[in-house]
Amino acid sequence: MQYQLTINGESRTVDAEPGTPLLWVLRDELKLTGTKFGCGVAYCGACTVHVDGYPTRSCQTFVEDAVDVQITTIEGATDKIAQAVQAAWREKDVVQCGWCQSGQIMSAIGLLNENPKPTDQEIKDYMHGNACRCVTYVRINEAIKLASEKLEA
Amino acid sequence: MTITVSRRGFLKATAAGTTALLVGLNTKGVLAAGSSAAATTDLNPFVKIDADGTVTVIIKHFEMGQGTTTGLTTLVAEELDADWDRVQIDFAPSDNNRYANLFFGAQGTGGSTSIANSFMQYREAGAAARDILVRAAARQWDVDASTITVENGILTSGGNSGHFGEFVAIATTLEAVEKPMVKTPDQFKLIGSNKLHRKDNSGKTNGTAMFAMDVNLPGMIYAVIMRSPKFGGTVVSFDDSAAKEVGGFIAAQTLPNKAGVVAFGKNTWAAFQARDALSVEWDFSQAETRSTDTMIADHKVLLDAPEFDANHEVPLASVAPLIAEAAKTIDAEFTFPFLAHAPLEPENCVIEPTENGVRVHDGCQFPTLTQPMVAAALDLDPSQVEVKTLYAGGSFGRRANASSDYNVEAAMAYAVSGRKVPVKLVWSREDDIKGGYYRPMSAHRAKIGLDANGKIMGWDHRAAVKSIAKGGPFEGMVQKNGVDPTSVEGVSESLYSIPNFGIGLSDFKTAVPINWWRSVGHSHTGFVMESLMDMVAKETGQDPIEMRLAMLDPSGANQARMIEAIKLVREISGWKEGDQRGFASHYSFNTCVAVVADITVEETTVHVNKLFMAVECGVAVNPDVIRAQMEGGAGFALSAIFRNEITLTDGEVDQYNFPDYELLRNQEMPEIEVAIVQSNNAPTGVGEPGVPPTAPAVANAIFAKTGTRIMDLPMTRAGFDFV
Repeated sequence: MQYQLTINGESRTVDAEPGTPLLWVLRDELKLTGTKFGCGVAYCGACTVHVDGYPTRSCQTFVEDAVDVQITTIEGATDKIAQAVQAAWREKDVVQCGWCQSGQIMSAIGLLNENPKPTDQEIKDYMHGNACRCVTYVRINEAIKLASEKLEA
Repeated sequence: MTITVSRRGFLKATAAGTTALLVGLNTKGVLAAGSSAAATTDLNPFVKIDADGTVTVIIKHFEMGQGTTTGLTTLVAEELDADWDRVQIDFAPSDNNRYANLFFGAQGTGGSTSIANSFMQYREAGAAARDILVRAAARQWDVDASTITVENGILTSGGNSGHFGEFVAIATTLEAVEKPMVKTPDQFKLIGSNKLHRKDNSGKTNGTAMFAMDVNLPGMIYAVIMRSPKFGGTVVSFDDSAAKEVGGFIAAQTLPNKAGVVAFGKNTWAAFQARDALSVEWDFSQAETRSTDTMIADHKVLLDAPEFDANHEVPLASVAPLIAEAAKTIDAEFTFPFLAHAPLEPENCVIEPTENGVRVHDGCQFPTLTQPMVAAALDLDPSQVEVKTLYAGGSFGRRANASSDYNVEAAMAYAVSGRKVPVKLVWSREDDIKGGYYRPMSAHRAKIGLDANGKIMGWDHRAAVKSIAKGGPFEGMVQKNGVDPTSVEGVSESLYSIPNFGIGLSDFKTAVPINWWRSVGHSHTGFVMESLMDMVAKETGQDPIEMRLAMLDPSGANQARMIEAIKLVREISGWKEGDQRGFASHYSFNTCVAVVADITVEETTVHVNKLFMAVECGVAVNPDVIRAQMEGGAGFALSAIFRNEITLTDGEVDQYNFPDYELLRNQEMPEIEVAIVQSNNAPTGVGEPGVPPTAPAVANAIFAKTGTRIMDLPMTRAGFDFV
């Protein structure tokens, strides 16, 4: 079946079976592989994208529910907050294996969108759903703080 | 410094076109230089310098997050005096000779050896390239080479200056020196610097870093395998009638080795759905059918009569009579569960047909095994198998697989697909959690005899664990006396002076496939040793740090290093006599790590507030990468000891995915302070050594706070929970 999706500001037509998770439409059909598969049960956050600006697990978003919304993936995360978050990630050398980091970054952008000056506890609470097997959490939290400060300045 | 690139130099570089200077090993294994434009070159380079001045370091190890792309690049850039921002990386092709891990004699990554084995090799390659460029510039400028200085990728002599690329054309006509001069530590600018950023930073923050699962090739189909629910089961027959109802399903086939049925789909999702719809009849006659409790009991039975003596000097049987005379004994028994590695990128591999054979796209940890094993599965010559190494979304040992399991599965799937189109094999998370190759389950029993003064007079130590090395390509690691050193390493290699230290080992037998898991045997032996040391300290009323220092003979090189690490962590943690925090230290992968754990316990709920870690790993090539590995290693240990376990019921794995194999979460990660001992010793491993001491440091802290000694992992078994 054909679906019209709006991804990173562009209209894209895809052929997919109803019930296909948006994650696999992005990765296999549209070759937007920056969004990662980690668990398939919305428990690790590696597949996080933005739907109308809100961090959303693409592994649990069916393609038929992804029409008529704005989808942003890591490839399209280019606004001011996104840039500040990515720059902070590099400054703090957050990444290790990197597989979870697109999802971490999409969640962090969501956090700073909603709450430009999060406390340490607010960061930990918000980022709870994004698992990192390399355990880069200390640096993730430092980078979010740094991005917040840079955006404030 | 203002750099003016001369117009003449620029034109020359441009005219040189795509010619690049290569420096690496030739077929004789000797450092040599060459040109990328040569019709044939027998060089597989470590360094490539393009006419535009770009330096590419060819990385012989894979990058699973441990920082090797940054580390090996640092070694070359240091000796080359390159501009760090103009150095990029590329992964080496499979080449067992020139890209061998010098500690293994074969191409592969493991045992926390990447920097250690490459330290001189990559520096010499960088130094040789620098030397050639200097001689090329001397010729071009007609000056004496000794007048030339190199800084940040720019060569200068008097009024002349130019970037590396300007001298590539001449440099490719010169011979490399076989043994170039390398810098002395006082000359290091990049090695030891805190200012370098990781080389994989950009791609991993904008979604462009390429992992194997990200490979999309024209015409590619997707493969997902239904494996036996009990380890060792084989396919009798299958029914795919329900799979035929799945949109995008292509076909299903039994794998040639009968270990599973592969479902092919037009995309990953279709293949997942189709696989789940398969109905398979299994033969479990050779399968593991025991449950966890039985397996634990069976390990303990093995402790009664160890098969092997792991201490050559002290037969285990000689220890018991001595301990019988002891004024006091400490008796303890420990058990450890199977653990999944759970790299966040589930196992996957692409096999692509080439003119001559196949190309394997993988975050490949052991090309030296993958190449021949994929070749064997496809009845090809290894030379017909090309390994394309991509970033690996974690490994923790999972990808360092003696049977190249998922590579071979992908090859088998490709074989039964008809070998016409690329095949991407994908594991779901459920496949990963249930799929085996775990850290082996193990049991330890110790009886420590103390004399009237509280001194250790004998130590009877027994372990039962399935051997990782036996029965595969790593069989050569097994010692003549039958001991697989990875089963007992943290006990048998203990740095402590322990009199009458007998170590018995029995191999547990099971069809459950096992594998190295970050820190391997040290993941259980370190916990046992450091818990026991804490028990001895408590029993004899000694400060746990003072007691350990007294048991380390400073005339031993590694003991001296450990003493430094322990003293450093004592200093940064402000440890005091009677301290109620937990302490542990452990030597593994040639590195010494000491940890102080500060925790809060409310009834049975534990929060780790802060970890202090000190590490002696020789020259700190990238201090920030070392800190990151200590942070990650510590967190990896916490995840395991808090609650991770793979259990079996009638041979079937009980856990299925992250909801019941839950990784450490953001808010659970303690504050962490890592201090690195200043050292000019040769660099040693950092990827694994942070894991072993962290776990017992927390366990010892729990004892200090609650009086409960945790001997069965995970700690949820003792009724604790963690926040």
